[in-house]
Amino acid sequence: MTTAVALPVLTAPRGRVLGRLKATGPAGLISATVIGLALIAAVFGPLLAPHDPNLPNLSLSFVGPTSGHLLGFDYVGRDVLSRLLVGAQSSLLGPLVVVAISITLGAVLAVTAAWRQGTFDTVVSAGLDILFAFPGILLAVLATAVFGPGLTAASLALSVAYMPYVARVLRGAALRERSQPYVAALEVQGASAPAICLRHLIPNLSPLIVAQATVTFGYAMVDLAAISFLGLGVQPPTANWGVMISENQTGIAQGYPLPALAASVCIVVVVVAINILGERLFEQA
Amino acid sequence: MRLRFFGRRLAMLLASLLVASFVIFAAMYLAPGNPVAALSGGRPLPPSSLRILEARYHLNDPFLTQYWYWLRNALHGNLGVSILLRENVSTLIASRMWTTAGLVLYAALIIVVLGIGLGIVAGLRPGKLDTSALVITAVSAAIPAFVAAIALILVFAVKLGWFPALGNGTDLVSNIKHFTLPAIALAISSLGIVARVTRASVREESGREHVQTAISRGIPTRQLIRRHILRNAAIPITTISGITIASLIAVAAVVETAFSLNGLGAYLVQAAGSKDLAVVQGISLVLVLAFVVVNVLVDVMYAVLDPRVSLGSRAQ
Repeated sequence: MTTAVALPVLTAPRGRVLGRLKATGPAGLISATVIGLALIAAVFGPLLAPHDPNLPNLSLSFVGPTSGHLLGFDYVGRDVLSRLLVGAQSSLLGPLVVVAISITLGAVLAVTAAWRQGTFDTVVSAGLDILFAFPGILLAVLATAVFGPGLTAASLALSVAYMPYVARVLRGAALRERSQPYVAALEVQGASAPAICLRHLIPNLSPLIVAQATVTFGYAMVDLAAISFLGLGVQPPTANWGVMISENQTGIAQGYPLPALAASVCIVVVVVAINILGERLFEQA
Repeated sequence: MRLRFFGRRLAMLLASLLVASFVIFAAMYLAPGNPVAALSGGRPLPPSSLRILEARYHLNDPFLTQYWYWLRNALHGNLGVSILLRENVSTLIASRMWTTAGLVLYAALIIVVLGIGLGIVAGLRPGKLDTSALVITAVSAAIPAFVAAIALILVFAVKLGWFPALGNGTDLVSNIKHFTLPAIALAISSLGIVARVTRASVREESGREHVQTAISRGIPTRQLIRRHILRNAAIPITTISGITIASLIAVAAVVETAFSLNGLGAYLVQAAGSKDLAVVQGISLVLVLAFVVVNVLVDVMYAVLDPRVSLGSRAQ
């Protein structure tokens, strides 16, 4: 008996993830592939980079592509392709932190509020409404002014700013789920509230949570790249797509836009892929 | 009922502003660094002037008392003094406010005219036009403002020379010329989002039964679109336009920096980098105020368009 129950639980997640990806259609699959490639670059970037991303050579400043350097050189003569590959890490790590924190906090608050309802729910909802007063970028700039420029302060600030959006959507869904007959049945059987929430409610909300996480990742990526572009996020000489755009801005006026454009294309392609995948996942959720 | 709804929204507005002001003050209060050193520019001070400074800025009072002094001053338009420029923060904000306001309004105009227009056309005419609009808006929605900024500078300022790349301009005509590229850069991502939502809601309304009935009654197309489709679709369109336009208030910082515009956002970024905390506080407060007020206006418009909202039921 126990194995019969345990088996589907063990095998379900992998099958479900693949099945859900397939159900997103060709556009969803292509998007997932693009995101996968970006993640590979984020993990293995330093190994894949053909050259040292931080080795400047001023005589090669803004020199175009050559056979060994497919995307040419940046404003101080560093290899652009290597900086793009290595920069994937700092460009994707921040959004990942934002998603992890804002989704966890948002889901816990939403499910607790939907479960307990009454005063607790009213207080949480009012608190969330007040948090909406802070636009994400503004809170991130504020945080860097206090704690000094850097990815950590900006990511934490964005997590707080995005949390209410996550919580509002999930709270609505959790309320609907809470009123389902199966929840009442479990309560009658004597299951504890945390057990029902963790084993039944949250798994049933998981498609929505995944969709929400995907969309949040896209927003966080754009905002963090903007913060780095403004000089308040990732600090040079660390390779980062947002930083690459700002440090190679002089090339645009000089008629050599390739390094800035290459970093821009990386950001836009990944964000388009994330938005398409997120949209498809929401349609299914 | 409606009065109660507006009253509730107004109370939320004040509560948000109070909490926001508290967070802004507390953040700067907790910021590492000695306020006396910041005020004196790091020079050692004799004990007598130290006491004067401490008394003038209430540095030895408890935290909440200091917050109260700060809030009272802010309400009177006194936001403190910039450490770097030795000038009143309110004066510095006032001189830069119109750049940001103009930029956001210009971008809002582009979003409303082009975004909603494109969405309506695409929603009413399924086919090739609709498909290409979908692809274009999916890409434009994903273009961050600073990427749009450098692409626009490259094409229209450097290559074609149609617009100036940097700066504010001097008179109205040159202002419009200087603000056109920044406004497009600021608008482009929201434009895509607004167009997509508009298209979806126009499409949904067109498929509704009441529209089919209206068609069968022989109501002229123009009237059908205006009174039967758009009036109902106006609710989600207003909401998404309002929300995205409100968010531009913060994103303007990025565009102003990219185009070297002398606005509030660019100044905020500079002040954050140089730890000019009074300026950061003041600008954050003004931007949060604008953001919250626009959001409340959207809610009020929403309630006017759809009376069910103020009557307490949820609109779909």
